[in-house]
Formats: sequence, structure tokens, C-alpha cells
Amino acid sequence: MTDQTTVGGLAPAGDPGAAQPTADFEVALESLNQWQLAWRRYKRHRLALIGGGIFLFMIVLAIIGPIIWPFDRLAVRSDLPGPQGFSPLQDPPFGSDGAGRSVWRLVANGARLSMLIGLTTMLISVTIGTVVGAIAGYFGGRIDNILMRLVDLFLSIPLLFVVLVAARFFGGGELVPLIAIFGILLWPGLARLVRALFLSLREQEFVQAARAVGVGDFRIAFRHILPNALGPIIVTATLLVANAIILEAFVSYLNFGLKAQDVSWGNALSNAQSRMSVGNWWWPFFPGFFIALTVISINFMGDGLRDALDPRSRE
Amino acid sequence: MTFSTTAPTAERGPAGATAPDVLLDVRDLRTYFHVMDGTVRAVDGVSFSIRRGQTLGVVGESGCGKSVTALSIMRLLDIPPAEIVSGEILFDGRDLLHLSDEEMRHVRGNDVAMIFQEPMTSLNPVFTVGDQIAEAVVLHQHLSRKDAWDKAIESIKAVGINNPERRVKQYPHELSGGMRQRVMIAMALSCDPKLLIADEPTTALDVTIQAQILELIRKVQDETGAALMLITHDLGVVAETVHDVVVMYAGRVVETGSVDGVLLAPKHPYTEGLLTSIPSKGMRGQRLNVIKGTVPNPFNMPEGCNFEPRCPYAFAPCTVHDPRIEDANPPDVACWLYTPAPGSPIPPRARTRPAGRPS
Amino acid sequence: MTEVQAPAGEPRTAAEPGAAGEPLIEVEDLVKYYPIVGGILRRKIGDVKAVDGVSFEVRRGEVFGLVGESGCGKSTLGKTLIRLQPPTGGRATIAGENIFAKSGRDLKRLRRRMQIIFQDPVGSLNPRMPISDIIGEGLLAQADAQNGWRSRRVRDKRVEDSLEAVGLRRDYTRRYPHEFSGGQRQRIGIARALALNPEFVVCDEPVSALDVSIQSQILNLLLDLRREFNLTYLFIAHNLSVVQYISDRVGVMYLGKLVEMAGVDELYANPRHPYTVALLSAVPDPDPRIRKKRLVLTGDVPSPAAPPSGCRFHTRCWLYERLNRPENCVTDDPAFRDIGGGHRVACHWAEEIPENLVAQAVPTLDEASPAAVMSPPVSAQAGAAASPSNDGVAVGVEPEPGGPAHPVPPTRPVPPTGPVVDPRS
Repeated sequence: MTDQTTVGGLAPAGDPGAAQPTADFEVALESLNQWQLAWRRYKRHRLALIGGGIFLFMIVLAIIGPIIWPFDRLAVRSDLPGPQGFSPLQDPPFGSDGAGRSVWRLVANGARLSMLIGLTTMLISVTIGTVVGAIAGYFGGRIDNILMRLVDLFLSIPLLFVVLVAARFFGGGELVPLIAIFGILLWPGLARLVRALFLSLREQEFVQAARAVGVGDFRIAFRHILPNALGPIIVTATLLVANAIILEAFVSYLNFGLKAQDVSWGNALSNAQSRMSVGNWWWPFFPGFFIALTVISINFMGDGLRDALDPRSRE
Repeated sequence: MTFSTTAPTAERGPAGATAPDVLLDVRDLRTYFHVMDGTVRAVDGVSFSIRRGQTLGVVGESGCGKSVTALSIMRLLDIPPAEIVSGEILFDGRDLLHLSDEEMRHVRGNDVAMIFQEPMTSLNPVFTVGDQIAEAVVLHQHLSRKDAWDKAIESIKAVGINNPERRVKQYPHELSGGMRQRVMIAMALSCDPKLLIADEPTTALDVTIQAQILELIRKVQDETGAALMLITHDLGVVAETVHDVVVMYAGRVVETGSVDGVLLAPKHPYTEGLLTSIPSKGMRGQRLNVIKGTVPNPFNMPEGCNFEPRCPYAFAPCTVHDPRIEDANPPDVACWLYTPAPGSPIPPRARTRPAGRPS
Repeated sequence: MTEVQAPAGEPRTAAEPGAAGEPLIEVEDLVKYYPIVGGILRRKIGDVKAVDGVSFEVRRGEVFGLVGESGCGKSTLGKTLIRLQPPTGGRATIAGENIFAKSGRDLKRLRRRMQIIFQDPVGSLNPRMPISDIIGEGLLAQADAQNGWRSRRVRDKRVEDSLEAVGLRRDYTRRYPHEFSGGQRQRIGIARALALNPEFVVCDEPVSALDVSIQSQILNLLLDLRREFNLTYLFIAHNLSVVQYISDRVGVMYLGKLVEMAGVDELYANPRHPYTVALLSAVPDPDPRIRKKRLVLTGDVPSPAAPPSGCRFHTRCWLYERLNRPENCVTDDPAFRDIGGGHRVACHWAEEIPENLVAQAVPTLDEASPAAVMSPPVSAQAGAAASPSNDGVAVGVEPEPGGPAHPVPPTRPVPPTGPVVDPRS
């Protein structure tokens, strides 16, 4: 793709009297835009590629799992071999719970709520965090001071404790309030990051150049600074998804989260706890394994994105 | 400069005779970088030598391989991505490329020292200046802590810093850029090296400070008798400081000679282009001469001479055959205008082509 | 470009000393301080006096060079002048319009008239934007009913025209900055400034980050554009040879103040401020035959937060030492006085500088610098002039008329005297 072009700027239409500026020779690198370049770098990260694959699989599972393998809470089988239910050998692939319901169906259905919570929480936190951080970093001064003290306040709260209390008092076992609570509590770290990025990017010459031609504040913030801050923001966002999934599992496990009848990975773990004593390891194992797998894959993705989205690296 | 006049470097065995006054003899050094897009031949067959107590200027534009050459000599490159593919670096008769890491550490500092362009990043911000110099002295000269500290003060005084007893207790950020470069020089000289490699030592400095530092380098060189390899892009600095010059372009040495010879009567079209594109008083009102185009893409080097696409004198063999400085007689320029190319004699007059090459 | 006004009078060459007409930019007592905040309460505890009372004018069509070492305030001055930084005090006008009094829509409109070219060819282009947006953005921001820039088509055309004016291909618009070399990026930065058809351009170290061979391409381009578009430049640089080459008049700054200002030939041949003399003597010359008597300044530039009393230069001044430390250097800030012919200098003792000392410190090897002695090789611009096509057809080139004698061995090949067609084409 490397094309060796000739001297530019010698178009015949040029004013014959004026001396034509002598052009550089073109040493065009491959003409890829930054997203293609980023993809090329990402592809070289094997773990990130595997992580991305697993993550995609989880999303697909969350969408079609409940349709193909519906989970019927009330379908209790009568031919149970014992209180521990069917083992993975007796009822492949993942065995059954104490009532004979398939753990695979439990996992496939739980994916939907867990992924939903993970992704929407991330969207809410990223939106709040980016806007707050951008305003603080771009305008600086008093506004910055006020917003950053607010961030300090949020960061000084013992997160897990507040999540539990808030989930009990405002959550009521419902999905939307739970997501709202997570979203509201998870943004401050990102806001700090975005502010720092804006503070440094604001002083870049291309921002000054935009100001010099008369571009307005809003456009400078969102067309110039934000796209250049996107790399770190995306990396943090992936980690927020993982955080939210773990957080859901945590509160649901402690019975502070979703209603017991909702199928999520966290609830599956919580319900499994009571039967662990009877040797029914597969019931908690598989939901737990899926949580771990999802979180690890997201972390790998984050690592890969961090390198891929850094425009300076051509390695 | 002592270039072997017999051409192919392979024939020059490791025991190839080196004149006794030659301190550093680099022969056919090749340093490549293996990166995602392919292999960059950053240094591609570079040979030169430095005599004891002399100053060699290495000139070239960014990316020509001059810094990589220095780092190869110091063996300070990260391997990988870098790889020293071939060559010999004979220092006092020993090939540095064959030393163990331990032996090389001894050479660095004791025998060869280097100063860099940006003194701030070369100094550790959490230690005082004196600590850093003393540490180097203790490491290399096995002096006691107390003696090393005295030596630090002494060497700081030697580079013209006032009030050395106070300065040694300061941290790098408390010093100005020029002061930091003095400290770097003090550090480099604290172990009395035989060779000092200075990589763009004054590029980050203002012109009045640059004058001070160049003055200082000259002075310490006179006093210690150390040889100096000065890497720079500034031909003015070269003219004032060095005895011999090596001009590099795209990983190769394209011209070499005494400073007067190269700067007053350049042979290679690139050297000539560099000299004539510097704005000077006589040029006012005229268009500056330019070297058309830019340096070649390292992944897509021209087939023949690397400079051919930009060369105003290029003629037929230049696009096909790659001129090597070793083939010239005397070996001072890599250009088919001075050495008969295979199958075509030196042209009576060069044919020229306008910008742009048929592809 | 589409809307080029007819050139005012004869096209001027760089050699023509500031013969241009009325002042375009007038700066009076410009002051720019940066507060230093400190302590727990983040109170202001002092000022960095980056620019401390600078007055000058830039005449229409001239290149006013501003030199000084890093931290002398020259960049701050340029950026404050075009309102990239809020001024602390002073007055500045462009063609009579008060620059510092404008705000909002008026300021935005004013920005069309004054633009800037930055030093860093990497940092000054947004890496996430294609060239069309980088150059076209100013047009979009400045679009109104009259200029028709609200239309994408009009903007695209203008972007392409600007690219062409700076010697790049019209079809580069979809590419991103990382696909270009340093010199090309600098051209893009110039195209962005030109797109708005400004009258006045601040060139803030536009060639400092470039290699020598690319530097000369950009300098040639800037001079071409000045003639073509009737531009006026404030050319800020620390490289004295570059400033000498391109400027008509030159100001020398030290620690936030102008210390000397004169026509370029006068300033370089007859410097009257001890700092200027030292600065000129410190420039290394690529001609090894030139031997200067160097006036090495001792010490470093003092902090602009606490400039020395009296004359700011007295702490490093060689003349002060030579005259046995006259008292008024320490007590009185010297006036920026005219010593004849518009040559202004801020030194109490300017007349005391010995002529022979200047001659030794700033020698001129008449017409003997290598550039002047050597005939330039067949230059690319000559090639461009001779070949109207850009498809690489080989065409011979005329040598420089009356090329001076070569100091080089007779074996040297000389350029052909007539058109010689490359045998391969």
C-alpha cells in the first residue's frame, strides 16, 4: 500500500508567475485510519484477542441464551437421585440443582441480567464521570475545585458498605434501582481520570490552534479533547463492566441484591450456598466460573485496548 | 580517519591491523531494529575510527542512525527489538561486542562515557547531584565513600560550577538546563574516560549556554586528553569543535574527512545540500536551496543509492547500484560521481532529473 | 486560494528592508504576568513577568523577527498578541482595531485576520482528525451568510486550495496527520492558518523542530506565501541565522523586555546592545574559516519571577564588567531609546561598545560563507519551474545563472548547461 507519489502542489492550474512552493516527497505510510491501526495492534495481543472472543460469546449468550434454553423455576423433577441433584455426568453439561433444574440453563439465563447490569452500569458511570471530569478539566478554577471535592467525597465513602445499605433501602430487589445505585457509586474514579486527561490535552498546541481559528468551547471539548482522551476512557470502561458484574454477584450473594426469583449469576451463587454441604459442587461452580471468566476476559481486553489505543505506539 | 582501503569488510579479520594511535575503530557496524512493520536497518554498515585525543563529529539529520551508532558502541540498546547484526567495535584493540555484560559495565564509565541531549532525564531526580557522581566513582574506582564525595566536589568545580560544596547537595530539578549538562559532563569525566561520546549535548540549550558548554568540552578535552565523539545535526557546532567529520545518511556513512575539507569542499551531494540549505547572510532575498523530498521510508529503501531520489546529480547507475564508501579510493565518499559504478564510468557531467521519479 | 486580493504594488523580495507602508500591528506596553500561587490557601504569592512592557509595530507586508533565548517571553508575547492568552495590560491594534478590547463574536471575527503557525508539527495537529477537518474547522467556525462557508462543498474546495498553496496534493484531505512527515505536517499547519485568509500570521518557531533540509523548504514556502497572499509575519525564533534570513526588522528580547530593535542588516552588522553582541558571537558558524572572538556570557538567565533591578541584563553583562560596574545599570531601568535611523536599544552605555570588539565578535567573512561560495546544486525549485508536469518526466534543468566558481576539485561534475533528457525516459 505504500505509494511513492510525486511532487505535490504542481497543479497546472497554479499561477504561472508565482513560484510554486517545493513540495516534500511523499513518504506515505500505509494509509490506515487510527481505528484500523488500533485493530492491527490489538490483534497482536493474543490474550486480548481471546478475552474479546469470550466477551463476545457472553454477550451472545445473554441475548439468545434465555430464548434457546428457557429456565423454568417451577419445573421440579421428581426423579432426583438425592438432595444434591444430578451431577454433570448424569445431566450434561453442567448438572442440575437440588430441584433437578439444569445449571447450564441457569447460567445461560443468568448471563442476561449480569451482562445487562455490567454494561448499563458502565454506561451510566462513564457518562457521569466523563461529563464531570471534562467540565472540571476544561474550565478549571472554581468549577474544578467544587467538582473535585465532590469526587473526593464519593471516593471517601466505604463503597461496599454503602452499596449494601443502598441496595437494601432503595433497591427493593428491583433491577433498575440496583443499576442506578451502582452507576452513581462507580463514576468518581473515571471523573478523576478524565479531568487529568483534559487538563493536559487542553494545553496541547492543536487545541490552541482550534481556539485561534475561533472554534467554540463546546466543540473544542468534544471534538478535539474528548477523542484524544478516548483510549484511557475505554480501558477504564471495560474494567467498570467487570466491577459491576462482581458487585452484583456480591450484593446478590448476600441477599441484598435482586429478588431471589430473578436469575442472575450472583443469585445462582447465593442459592447454591445452602446445598454446598451435600456435595453439590457444580451448582455454585459453574455460575462462579462464568463470572470469573467474564471478568478475566474483560481485563485482558482492557490490557489490549490500552496498548492498541495509544497513538504513539507503532510497536 | 583511517578507513581500510581494501574494500569488502569481510576480508578484514578481527586481527586487522589498527594503527596504534587509533582509540576506537568501528568496522562495518550493522544495527537493525525488528518492529511490527518489518526490519529497520538503523545502522547499515558503518565504519569509522577515532584517534586518541581527537574529536570526531558525526553529522546527520534525525533518523540517520547517528545516535544508534553511539548506543551500539556503548551497548545500551534494548535487545530485542534492536540487534547488532554484524561488525566490530575495537576499543583499544578489544572488540566491545565480544565482552561480557560485566566487562562492558567496567568499560562504560571507566573507559567510555556518554552524555545525552536531555540532561534532566539522564539524572535521577530523587538523588542529589553529588550522590550520583560519587556513586559512579565508587562503582568504577573503588574509592571510599568519603574520597568519592571529595572527587565529586572536585569534578563539579572542574566543569565551572560555582560554589561546588553547595551544588553537590542539590537535586537535579534545582539546577538550570546548562547547569545540569555541566553535571552530566562532570559525571562522565569523574572516572577519566579515554573516550567521551556526546549525543547532541547542546541541542536542548540556548545559544549562549551552548557556547559555554562547547567551551567547557574543549577545555576538559585539552586537560584530560580524552577523545571525543560529538554527535550533532548542527554544522556550526561541528565547524567549531571537531577535527574530523563523518556525515551519515539513512544508516550509512556517505562522506568523511577533515572538518575543513568536508565543510568547505563537500563531495557528496547530500553534504553539499545540507550546507547550502542553511540560511546565511549571503542568502537574503534569494530562495534557499532545498534538498527536495524527505528521507526514505526505512521499510522501503531505494534500490540503488539511498540518496538517489533526492539527489540533483543522480544518473543512470544510481538507481541500480548501491555506492559503498569502502569502494571509493580514497574511501571518503559514497557516490558514483567519484567512484566508477559497475559498468559505467564516472560521467563527464552529471545528468540531472527534476523532482519526482518514474515509478 | 479563491479570494486573493490583488497584490498591493510590486511583489517584494525578502531582501527589501522593511520598506512596507503603514503599521499593521501596533503594540504598546504589552504586559503579561502569570500568577504564582502557593501555600495551603493557594494565594497569589507573586508573578512570573513573562512579558513586561513591550512596544513595537509591525508594518504591513514585512517580516518582523523576534529573537531571544528560551523563557525570554517571545512566545508568550506572540500568543498574547493574538488573544490565545489573556493580556495583563497594554494595548494592541491591528489596522487600528483594538485587539484586546474585543470579546465574543467580535473576537471571533477578528481571528480571521490574525493566525498562528506553531512550532511542533506533531502536537499542533489533532491526531484523531482527518486533514479536511483540521484545515476546514476554522472555516466552519467562521462560517456566515456572506462567505458561504456553511456549505460543505465550498469548504472542501477551500481546504484543497489551501493544501495546494502550501505544496501538498489536493487529494490528501482524507488522510490523518500520522501519515505525513514532519515537514508535511508543518505545511498542513500553515494551510490551516492560511485557509481563513489572514493578514497577519504569528510564526512561533515554525522551523525549530525540523531538520535542516526540511527547514529550508518551509522557509522558502513562508516567503512565497507572503508574496502571494500579502501576509505580514511576526516571526519568532531562537535561531539567529533563520531570523536574519527571513526578517526585515528584528527585535531582541531578554527577560520579558525588548532590548534592541532595528532593521535586520543594521542589527546584525552593528549590534548596539551588549546582549545582542554576545548572542551573535555565540552562534557557531558552519564556515570553519570564521574565527570569532566569543563573548561567553557567564551564568544563566535569571528567573522572570524575580528579575534583577535596574537593567535586567546587568547580572550577566560583559560591558557592565568592562566599564567597572557603573551604578546606573543596577539602579535605573534603561529607556528603549532611538539611537538613530529607527535603531532602538535599551542600554545606558550602548555608545561605549568598542567598534573593534563588535567586529571581532561578529565577523563577516565577506561572501565567503560556504553557501555563498558554492554554487547551489540544481535546486528542486528550479526543476519545478522547468517542468510544469508532476508526473516525473525527466527534463533537464538550467544551472543557476552565473554560478560562482567552485572551491572544489576539478573532478566535480557540474550541472549540464542545457536541457539533457534522461536517457531512460
